[in-house]
Amino acid sequence: MAQKVALDIHDGAYVNLGIGIPELVADYIPEGREVIYHTENGLLGMGKVAEKGSEDFELVNAGKKYVTAIPGAAFFHHADSFAMIRGGHIDICVLGAYQVSEEGDIANWSTGDANDVPAVGGAMDLVAGVKTVFVITQHCTKTGESKIVKKCTYPLTGNNVVSRIYSNLAIIDVCDKKLFVKELAPGVTFEYLQEKTEASLFNK
Amino acid sequence: MINKIVSSTKEAVADIFDGATIHISGFGEAGSPIELIHALIDQGTKNLTIVSNNAGSGNVGLAALIENNQVKKIVCSFPRTAISVVFPELYRKGEIELELVPQGTLAERIRAAGAGIPAFFTPTSVDTPLANNKETRVFNGKTYVLEHALKADFSLVKCHAADRYGNLIYSKTARNFGPIMCMASKTSIVQAKKILEIGQIDPECVVTPGIFVKRVVEVSNPADESLLVAEKRRYPWK
Repeated sequence: MAQKVALDIHDGAYVNLGIGIPELVADYIPEGREVIYHTENGLLGMGKVAEKGSEDFELVNAGKKYVTAIPGAAFFHHADSFAMIRGGHIDICVLGAYQVSEEGDIANWSTGDANDVPAVGGAMDLVAGVKTVFVITQHCTKTGESKIVKKCTYPLTGNNVVSRIYSNLAIIDVCDKKLFVKELAPGVTFEYLQEKTEASLFNK
Repeated sequence: MINKIVSSTKEAVADIFDGATIHISGFGEAGSPIELIHALIDQGTKNLTIVSNNAGSGNVGLAALIENNQVKKIVCSFPRTAISVVFPELYRKGEIELELVPQGTLAERIRAAGAGIPAFFTPTSVDTPLANNKETRVFNGKTYVLEHALKADFSLVKCHAADRYGNLIYSKTARNFGPIMCMASKTSIVQAKKILEIGQIDPECVVTPGIFVKRVVEVSNPADESLLVAEKRRYPWK
């Protein structure tokens, strides 16, 4: 999945990768493409994770991992960082999700469980401001329920914001509040995919 | 003569009063002014409203301030981290108030307060639970939510180097909320790793101009929060 996302990131793109699986995308960018990574805690030009023994406590990413900065990187304060996000200057963000709806709504910050301490971070700003929002997710939950739904039942992060979904079963585009299957994973048929998907799918 | 340098963290936080609203810089441990927070624990002021991106880790710094029952309310974007134990426990017991704010909205509310803007419209959080009961308005066919400036009585900020005018430079991603918090608080209190002579900071490189800074205290060897947490240290030290 991460490899498929990486193929769709163009040369020269400014990209924000969400915490977890989306971070893997950086490992698959095809050679010859220059991509600049933004991390919302104030760095453009994030490099690889810091090697053991050379961590700098003042150089972290949004997941609070110790990272490095590439030559040509820039540091800035939080209001500027979110001006980059909200102001539409970041080309692509890649996020995980609990649910994505057929209209491109995304829920990825809260399960709504009253026992959980609610935490939102930069998720709502990213989906509201970044030009293209890619979601990378397993197609179904561990208990087999579709994560691609008619309507999100978890609290929303944003409304009508997702451009494309990369799941283990397919790549699906959100267009005019409908889901179009762009590519099926090897061995997956359209019928099987629809069976595993609560939302209605269309063949491109 | 202008001299914003004070001699101790104790002196720097001495006038913080009960019920004050305080901005505290930092993104996790990066940029967290741990020595100023510990001085505030020694000082003992209560009923504080704290504005900070996170809610502290382990039992030091911001987590220790909360554990010491000095915090009534926290305004925060991400109070849940792997090693955050104090806040979640009090929150579940209903003993601390939380205002959850999207990170970019938090930053802009602080920036607005420092820039004399009382409120602004943002696309962030439209149609989500965090926009409940907030005024919205449509501009060019798109809906925006009204958010208000978030000013403070004091801010506690960590920087890399300062001079006696209060000009500041920061270190890497430890800059985060520091510059905007200095702008948005009546009394900004800064701990600096180094105090430099006037003129030693290149004017082209000043990140926070001294006009936004009230007090500076040198803390030349600040603690690394993650090391303290790993060693299970507690403040006050035992």
